[in-house]
Amino acid sequence: MTAASPAAGPAHDPRQEGAERWWQRFPLARYVLVRLVVSVLLIWGVTLVTFVLTNLVPSNPAAAALGERAASNPDTVKAFERQYGLDQPVPQQYVSYLGRLVHLNLGQSTQTHNAVWDDLRSAFPATAELAVTALVIAAVLAIVLGLAAALRRGSILDQVVRVGSLIGFSTPTFWLALVIFYVFSYKLGWFPGSGRLDPQFDPPPQRTGFYTIDALLAGQIAVFVNAVEHLVLPAFVLVLYTLGILTRFCRTAVLEVLGNDYVTAARAKGLPRSAVTRRYILRAAAVPILTMIGLTFASVLSGAVLTETVFAWGGIGQYAYKAATTLDLQAIMGVGLLIGIIYVVVNFIVDLLYGVLDPRVRDR
Amino acid sequence: MTITDPTPTETAPITDRRRLVRWPQAWRRPLTIIGGVIIAFWVIVAIVGIFWTPYPPLGQIAPRLSAPSGEHLLGTDSVGRDVLSRIMAGAHVSLPVPILVVALSMILGTALGAIAGYFGRVVDEVIMRLTDLVLAFPTIILAMVVTAALGPGLQNAVIALLAVSWPSYARVTRSLVLGARGSEYVVSGRLMGVSAWRSLTRDVLPNILAPIVVLATMDIGNAILLLSGLSFLGLGTVPPTPEWGAMVSEGVEQFSSWWIATFAGLAIFSVVLAFNFLGDSLRDALDPRAQKSVEGRAV
Repeated sequence: MTAASPAAGPAHDPRQEGAERWWQRFPLARYVLVRLVVSVLLIWGVTLVTFVLTNLVPSNPAAAALGERAASNPDTVKAFERQYGLDQPVPQQYVSYLGRLVHLNLGQSTQTHNAVWDDLRSAFPATAELAVTALVIAAVLAIVLGLAAALRRGSILDQVVRVGSLIGFSTPTFWLALVIFYVFSYKLGWFPGSGRLDPQFDPPPQRTGFYTIDALLAGQIAVFVNAVEHLVLPAFVLVLYTLGILTRFCRTAVLEVLGNDYVTAARAKGLPRSAVTRRYILRAAAVPILTMIGLTFASVLSGAVLTETVFAWGGIGQYAYKAATTLDLQAIMGVGLLIGIIYVVVNFIVDLLYGVLDPRVRDR
Repeated sequence: MTITDPTPTETAPITDRRRLVRWPQAWRRPLTIIGGVIIAFWVIVAIVGIFWTPYPPLGQIAPRLSAPSGEHLLGTDSVGRDVLSRIMAGAHVSLPVPILVVALSMILGTALGAIAGYFGRVVDEVIMRLTDLVLAFPTIILAMVVTAALGPGLQNAVIALLAVSWPSYARVTRSLVLGARGSEYVVSGRLMGVSAWRSLTRDVLPNILAPIVVLATMDIGNAILLLSGLSFLGLGTVPPTPEWGAMVSEGVEQFSSWWIATFAGLAIFSVVLAFNFLGDSLRDALDPRAQKSVEGRAV
């Protein structure tokens, strides 16, 4: 986190050197604790944002939450306002909002007429399967490409990677999804178009919620193959979406490491190229790359919101798209809250790994 | 472009000299030229579109969903509007609005970041915690949530984009101001009795503008993508208004008529790419190492 009082350079010198506090002896524990507190505060902040946006920003929150038809009935509006405490002062509204969140009550979707939480829970595994697949593939490709480009700085490969990554993050994802769907599914018919499985297959018995893994666990090879075929195109779109920025970042991270004396020294003492790359360059570059991959997880989720609809994937993204186009406010806020919290949690995990990998960050 | 103007000379004679040498070279790079040509092309299209489009962009006059032909170069959409005319008219939204958003969020973010960095303490805490809050969400998600709460429409989309994009400027400005605040020329100014406000606006801000402007240039492409993304979700422009993202969205329902989405998407893609090419060259021109030395020296 950013330092609060930057002017305090030499002012707070450690004067109590004798009495070593526990947090000085266990910097990692202290670091984890600080990050945990910050993350909890951020999650609280996320709820504050969604609260303000649902209850305070719309000129008529009840109408916004109920949708137009229900809101034309004054009795329904009254009942809603009483149920959600909209007739009470704002701080009390917030307390009751938090209370409802704790009980996983995110309101009711005007579109599906289900509780938003149930909708999200049933849609989440689809998005998670897609996002994780895309992220793993993109991360591996980005590290390979970024490393190769950095090691041969200025070569044709490097130029291609640089321009390619610019093209990658200039492409509107939703359009890319449409183009890829049109070409590879509609025109060429190489891959099945929409959904997670062909209609003749039943979803495998749910354990992880990932159709591919569940199908393997249940030994249903045909279902597994079909699920993979369905996964290819949407995952491909998300990989392209994140690959540009990830590759660029990996390239920069490796270039920064390359400038260090210890790399020159390792090369000078005659270590084989591959050993220098593996043991010196990649290890040092791993920390920033890891951070980047964590942050990219959020952008994969955003990408899912913009692309799932094209593939009728049935995850959080498609749910959000439907909610946005029909102005289903409770559902939109549910998605915002969920993704906001996932984002904070992912960042927390990344920070932890960061602290484990690089002792220097613990001291900050 | 105003970006090339070197900021006051007293700060960095070395970087200035380096910049003078580097500028022409950077502008002669192929990527820069491609970017410039594409942007010039779209600016001309937008200007021509004010006075003339092949058909009225809102006129439902042609056969529905007809493929590109001599009569309708880019085909027609599901209610019989000419796609080419709509793309030309769409340039009036998709080009200037994101630039406006970037300019406004740069002003807002820079102002808040400068205040936070210069005055410190409580103001700093409050502003920085606000940026934490905004950055706790992925951008498009927060923009979507904010627009949904405000109600769909271009104006609200702009407000939402402002709300999500100022923090990066605030953060960068704050750290630059923190660096500049301790430097001799600022301190001596304060010792001579210059007021805090004047010191901030006359001594500090002009000296840290260059990196902020670079950030803004690289942000324009992003803002175009965000706005078209919001429109794709039905939260940007209100339906009959032609807008590129909304046109791609129409294409999702009519994907067998590939021309509806393809050309609008290409328009977005080309403009964003052009701005990213320019931003990339600009950053290279203001060599990151030269930039670092500006920051580093000020501390």
